[in-house]
Amino acid sequence: MSILPDLLLPLADDALVLGHRLSEWCGRAPTPEEDLALANLALDQIGLARALYAVVAQETGQETGQGTGQTEDTLAYFRDDRAFRNCLLVEQANGDFAQTIVRQFLFSAHADPFWRAACASAAPALAAIAAKAEKESAYHLRHAAAWLVRLGDGTEESHARAQAALTALWPCAEEALTALDPVAVVAGILPDPAPIRAAWEATVTATLSRATLDRPADDWPQTGGRAGRHTEAFGKMLAEMQSLARAHPGAVW
Amino acid sequence: MSTRRLARARAAVAAVEDPELPPLTIADLGILRDVADRDGRIEVTITPSYTGCPAMVVIGWEIEAALDRAGLGPALVRTELAPAWDTASLTPAAHAKLRAAGIAPPGGPLACPRCASARVETISAFGATACKSLHRCLECREPFEAFKTL
Repeated sequence: MSILPDLLLPLADDALVLGHRLSEWCGRAPTPEEDLALANLALDQIGLARALYAVVAQETGQETGQGTGQTEDTLAYFRDDRAFRNCLLVEQANGDFAQTIVRQFLFSAHADPFWRAACASAAPALAAIAAKAEKESAYHLRHAAAWLVRLGDGTEESHARAQAALTALWPCAEEALTALDPVAVVAGILPDPAPIRAAWEATVTATLSRATLDRPADDWPQTGGRAGRHTEAFGKMLAEMQSLARAHPGAVW
Repeated sequence: MSTRRLARARAAVAAVEDPELPPLTIADLGILRDVADRDGRIEVTITPSYTGCPAMVVIGWEIEAALDRAGLGPALVRTELAPAWDTASLTPAAHAKLRAAGIAPPGGPLACPRCASARVETISAFGATACKSLHRCLECREPFEAFKTL
């Protein structure tokens, strides 16, 4: 029995939800250059989600021998919130620009080492996707870290907003760092989380120091997204994201 | 299928242009992986530059249309991810065409595609398509795009 669908779904949902959140900035970013940058990030994330959903749909279909009728679209548009396995961090509202950048930074600081390690996955389908995602995540991390330093080490106003965003989102960081499935780690399908966490720690410590931001206390991690228990903001996002596909099932451009 | 038929198919497919980067062809960009005979049907394998590249769908249509025009359709177009595409896949012809189009090619030190000056600055790490970034030449003062090195 293939365990790939259960393993890849959280990764796919992370990518789709973050990609959708980023796309909400389209036409509203502080500068035209940043509008392009956020739209580019969104495009990479949604592309990654599509690649992962395609494997999930294919593997689930092979399992039953007769297909399940699942496709990238049904997975994205016809599941309810409780069926989504994304971490709470990615579903948090965009807030101000500082909050979007902090969310991206905390996520990318994990995604970058995660995808690099996943290139060596024992599952060829995951290794192939990781080889693409690895290059893109490195670019995202560079962009988010550069902005975080500029905001944190910028004006009084930008520093205060970056610090407030960091404090607000910090409790959601832990869930993104936790191994999706210890059994899959042992089997070599998913990478060992320990070195990835160490890389995350190093990136966060170095960047926060350059950004003159204080690291919040690790006292109250917020989790539940991986089990389908999401925050209020997610329901609203999903309603908007799915409304067109649900009102006009099968619609094409 | 005759080898001549397959060679004609290869030539037709190799001439398909990237809709976001004309006149670069998919062969120039290294996106075209294989043109093969699958039980009498032409099967074309392509790989995405970026996972979310929206041009991939159009490129698939263009390949089918090119083979139809050559009388070799209907064809199958499939996408493969491994090995991952990178900018080393660009042919020397691609570099020359990029420069001629005012886009700095990837790899090597960045230089203005118009006046070749190395005195350039970055405006944004992201450009109008997933594969490009924005820059400005401090010598001739013209803004220009560069193909990101991946």
